[in-house]
Amino acid sequence: MVQEDKVLDARGLNCPLPILRTKKALGELSSGQVLKIVATDPGAVKDFEAFSKQTKNPLLDQAESGGEFVFFIQKA
Amino acid sequence: MDEKKLAIIATKGTLDWGYPPFILASTAAALGYSVEIFFTFYGLQLLRKDLSHLRVSPLGNPAMPMPVPMPNLMMVLPGMEGMATSMMKSKMKAKGVASLEELRGLCVEAEVRMIACQMTVDLFEFDTADFIDGIELGGAATFFEFAGEADITLFM
Repeated sequence: MVQEDKVLDARGLNCPLPILRTKKALGELSSGQVLKIVATDPGAVKDFEAFSKQTKNPLLDQAESGGEFVFFIQKA
Repeated sequence: MDEKKLAIIATKGTLDWGYPPFILASTAAALGYSVEIFFTFYGLQLLRKDLSHLRVSPLGNPAMPMPVPMPNLMMVLPGMEGMATSMMKSKMKAKGVASLEELRGLCVEAEVRMIACQMTVDLFEFDTADFIDGIELGGAATFFEFAGEADITLFM
């Protein structure tokens, strides 16, 4: 189980806000720390994979339950 | 430099068409792109401090979803544009879509470079004091200086 250092609540936000808030929140972490993001935008699933790939911040884990999407991104 | 570059030309000044440039610019910036937007013709409206005047027009836009099907000819009636605009705004709010001001603010924060086309600023007699801070003025050559090295160039 991945342990997060910070949580970002992106529920109710639509594209591109979850990604933009994530970028900002990652900026406040140091290398190796993990950000947990909770989102409700179904488009976020593809977008977080794409964000992780392009920014080289690893997407450690992701899950869905009850219409909420959870992502764990580690700051590179 | 291995930084990717995105160049956008924003030519439209309606509420709906204001979104694509700011969504793509802010997202690209978050992905590490260096971004420049060149605002020309009606796109200059997107630079005004106050964006509350932006409208969405159902006229000539048969693809716009309406609560009840209506012939496009009806869209010339007074009040239709205002109705479409407030419907769009309330839908966006309900769906958690960012306001244009918010997206533009995120672009500014991410150091997206914004250039107002000098020729159309003069043509439409815009007062640049009505624009948000940090807007540069330039012409086509200024655009190509950046776009010539861009990985992606989009006209909107």
